[in-house]
Amino acid sequence: MNKNHTRKLSDLTTGDRGTMAALEGGSGFVGRMSALGFTPGAEIAVVRNPGFGPIIVRVLDTQIALGRGQASKVRVRVRG
Amino acid sequence: MTPPITARIALAGQPNVGKSTVFNILTGLNQHVGNWPGKTVEQRTGQFTHDDITFEIIDLPGTYCLTAASPEETVTRDYIIRERPDVVIAVINAASLERNLYLVAELLALPAPLVIGLNMMDVAKQEGFEIEPDVLSAAIGIPVVPMTAARGEGVHELIDAAVRVVQQGPAQEPSRPVIREDHRAVKAEIEELIAGHVPTPYPTDWVALKLLEGDQEITRLIQSELPPDLWETLQGILFRHEDAIVAVAGGRYEWIRRMTRAALKRPRGGRITLTQRIDSVATHPFGGLVLLAIVLGLIFGLTYSVGGPIQEWLASVVVQGLADWATQALSAGPSWLRGLVVDGIIGGVGTVLTFFPILAVFFAGMAILEDTGYMARAAYVMDRFMHALGLHGKSFIPLFLGFGCNVPAIMGTRIIESRSSRLLTIMLAPLVPCTARLAVLTTLVPIFFPGRAGLVSWALTGLPLVVLAISGALINRFGLRGQQSAFIMEMPLYHRPNAKTILLLVWQRIVAFVQKAGSVILIVSVIIWALAVFPNGDIDSSYMAHIGRFLEPVGRLMGLGWKPLVALLTSFVAKENAVATLGVLYGVGEDSGALAQALAAGLSTASALAFLVAEMLFVPCASTLAVIKQETGSWKWVGINIAFLTGLTLIGGTIAYHLAALLV
Repeated sequence: MNKNHTRKLSDLTTGDRGTMAALEGGSGFVGRMSALGFTPGAEIAVVRNPGFGPIIVRVLDTQIALGRGQASKVRVRVRG
Repeated sequence: MTPPITARIALAGQPNVGKSTVFNILTGLNQHVGNWPGKTVEQRTGQFTHDDITFEIIDLPGTYCLTAASPEETVTRDYIIRERPDVVIAVINAASLERNLYLVAELLALPAPLVIGLNMMDVAKQEGFEIEPDVLSAAIGIPVVPMTAARGEGVHELIDAAVRVVQQGPAQEPSRPVIREDHRAVKAEIEELIAGHVPTPYPTDWVALKLLEGDQEITRLIQSELPPDLWETLQGILFRHEDAIVAVAGGRYEWIRRMTRAALKRPRGGRITLTQRIDSVATHPFGGLVLLAIVLGLIFGLTYSVGGPIQEWLASVVVQGLADWATQALSAGPSWLRGLVVDGIIGGVGTVLTFFPILAVFFAGMAILEDTGYMARAAYVMDRFMHALGLHGKSFIPLFLGFGCNVPAIMGTRIIESRSSRLLTIMLAPLVPCTARLAVLTTLVPIFFPGRAGLVSWALTGLPLVVLAISGALINRFGLRGQQSAFIMEMPLYHRPNAKTILLLVWQRIVAFVQKAGSVILIVSVIIWALAVFPNGDIDSSYMAHIGRFLEPVGRLMGLGWKPLVALLTSFVAKENAVATLGVLYGVGEDSGALAQALAAGLSTASALAFLVAEMLFVPCASTLAVIKQETGSWKWVGINIAFLTGLTLIGGTIAYHLAALLV
């Protein structure tokens, strides 16, 4: 996976959309995130990223709040 | 006559799917709340009868998946694998069908027949989803029953479907997810390797899958069963396929797409839903805080305007009436018996009783916040502040409501899923000054610091909160090394709360408090009463006074003689006792004018400040400690809490005394 074309989910701004490219973390983190719909190819929309504190994203018809640390381990291919 | 048929049902589901509502509709008050053996996870079991069949039903904890990453997940899968229920009902949320089917994909790999309760059909419709339950059922090959449990719709049909499965067995072999194509060979390789070494009742293919997922519990299990050479080979395979979890999850989502292709039509974009409208304020970095302040203000107002008067009525009419009656009834008996019954037992029972109104209002408030979906928003806006303290966003609500009383605050930490965050919240909760501690402040500060009462009260209220923040930050940095602070939380759609769910929760919390904490509070009340009365009948020469004198060298660090120390000790039954004890010890009773004079003469300004600091930081009341035991399940954490707060009291009191002595 070429990381040059992907960005950290935590760096995206409110309203950005894209598809998930990869999760960076141990199998515990990947397992938990997978169950919530974070899987390669999944559509992700940033609902709220105030620039500090946790962010809210929409994935698989569900809104999920993610701490900045967790969000920075999600690589996203941004559309547009 | 044929014996009554019985069957066991297990309810499984992800969080926020209305599973408890289904459970409550089926069982009503016919349920029992306890803990899973050896775990702090809540276990709810119940019974109900349907068409002459008696069902035993168990409400498995809400989980997103079944890897052993949390005790909830371990409990769920162990129950299904080891206890083999006759049927498992998976309650899923129709408004987030695909993600909810992830758990179904995991459940299908376990050895129990499955029925799906497709709940929240009303919400799904409102959100614009079109779902055909029959098509979904035909695709998966198991019964799918549409329902709106919040209105009681579909629950009867769901049990009918479960009964058919119990009586006739599954109608067909269901479609099960398989691992993504690129990992099928390695899974087969592992299955061959471990074949014959997998202990019953674990299914071999499920174990192979869990090994590939990196499941630590199953990995340990297989390590202990495999001969060393095979284990080494297996380890090598697993190491080369470290990222296999992605393939396992990918296989599940491929299956989900196939299952829902014909059954689910999603809404076209561009609609603004109710949830989005509320969230534009509720999760706004500033607006969210304002809304939270209003919501908490309402709960607080309700606690005081409804709970307060009832509490006072219970104390002044019911408990006092009981005490008066007992005093009269025992007037002929020995005075120690009268004291034991009136001051010891009735005092203790009264303490337990007067908690009821506060607990009821508090838990009703918490349950409404949780059931509407707002709790997740409150946790979201507070997480950035709580994060620095090593706490979870969800820690904030119980901690804040601790200003009313620490007891429900500690019981309220059940909303925090992460065990370490929850324990830390429980350990820090007593540092939130409760109304009883604040009452001591408002009585004593004007006596010691006339003219500067406002400023001193403000500083003394803020002190434990500052200590709380510093302790949290330090424990987070050095004790837990920041590892517990993962924040991954679903923000459920808002929905109308269910009255039955809320009332049952309030009822269960109060019953738990009486059963588990009630007896401890009663015993401690009697012991403290006895220590303060025996052997001569007055506190001046009592065992308590001996303890106070024994501790005097320690007290001297804080400039405190044995009398204020004894006052601190008696506040163990209830914080407000400190004032009454001081009155007795200084021989003035509870007359505030006389108490003021006696105290002003008996304690220097520096000692008085140290006493108040100690009162704010000291070990909480017995009721709070009793619920710490109840919620953590061990006396160890009670001991740690006592040691932690005693240490803080000594440090705080000593600093306050010497600083004040220097400055004044």
